[in-house]
Amino acid sequence: MIVPLEHILILAGLLFFIGMGGLLAWRANLIMMLVCIEVMLNAVMLVFVAGSARWGNPDGQMFSLFIMALTSAEVSLALAMVVYLHRRRKTVDTDMFSEMRG
Amino acid sequence: MIEQTIFYILAAVAVIGTILAITEKHPVHAILFLVTSLFSMAVIFYLLAAPLVAAFEVILYAGAIMVLFLFVIMMLDLGHPEKGMSPQWREWLPALLLSGVSIASLVTVIASRHATVAAYPAALPIREVARRLFQEHGLAVELVSLQLLFALVGALYLGKQSKGRDAQ
Repeated sequence: MIVPLEHILILAGLLFFIGMGGLLAWRANLIMMLVCIEVMLNAVMLVFVAGSARWGNPDGQMFSLFIMALTSAEVSLALAMVVYLHRRRKTVDTDMFSEMRG
Repeated sequence: MIEQTIFYILAAVAVIGTILAITEKHPVHAILFLVTSLFSMAVIFYLLAAPLVAAFEVILYAGAIMVLFLFVIMMLDLGHPEKGMSPQWREWLPALLLSGVSIASLVTVIASRHATVAAYPAALPIREVARRLFQEHGLAVELVSLQLLFALVGALYLGKQSKGRDAQ
């Protein structure tokens, strides 16, 4: 453990909330929303790895690997869905996909 | 001592790269800034005694996922910031407010603790990580492989060109 755990937690929190702010600001663009979700998941991985290094337990690294697998599955499905929606409406603007509102 | 310095430099690079990525109007430039941030995160993982996660971060995140984003942006021809898809300054206000409050509360909570460098635990060899992964969490590995297979089938189904129905 080279730096205090608190500093790594602050770094991870900064990254997570920057991603959250980006998600709120870019709520009209599907692609940038997915990018911001990537940033948030990456910050969560940093917390797991920091805990693993702090307590010398490899379970944290395993969870970060599982998060990585989850992310790749999520991104592949979400981008396929973005391509599908773009084929229907010729846009990725989320305001255009509101016909479920009734 | 040199490792601490490298960690703080990389942390600054990661945060600045992420901020530039989400404030950039051009999606391709945003992805490239994010790749920079992910590379520095990979080196941080290496410094935190997790070389396996660092390698997967470079290969999967910076290599595969970001290239997938670039492919989709280029394929759908979305790299036009002048089309008005980027948020106005008014849309940044609630985001800035919410993340500012969250960051301030987090820093307050964490700074109230006494930050000390913990005693150096034994380094984790990859052999130990692999043994735990495949002996104690073997079922989780199988579930992850099933999940990736389902994602593959779903992406194939969604990406399939169906005739007639898309003509509307």
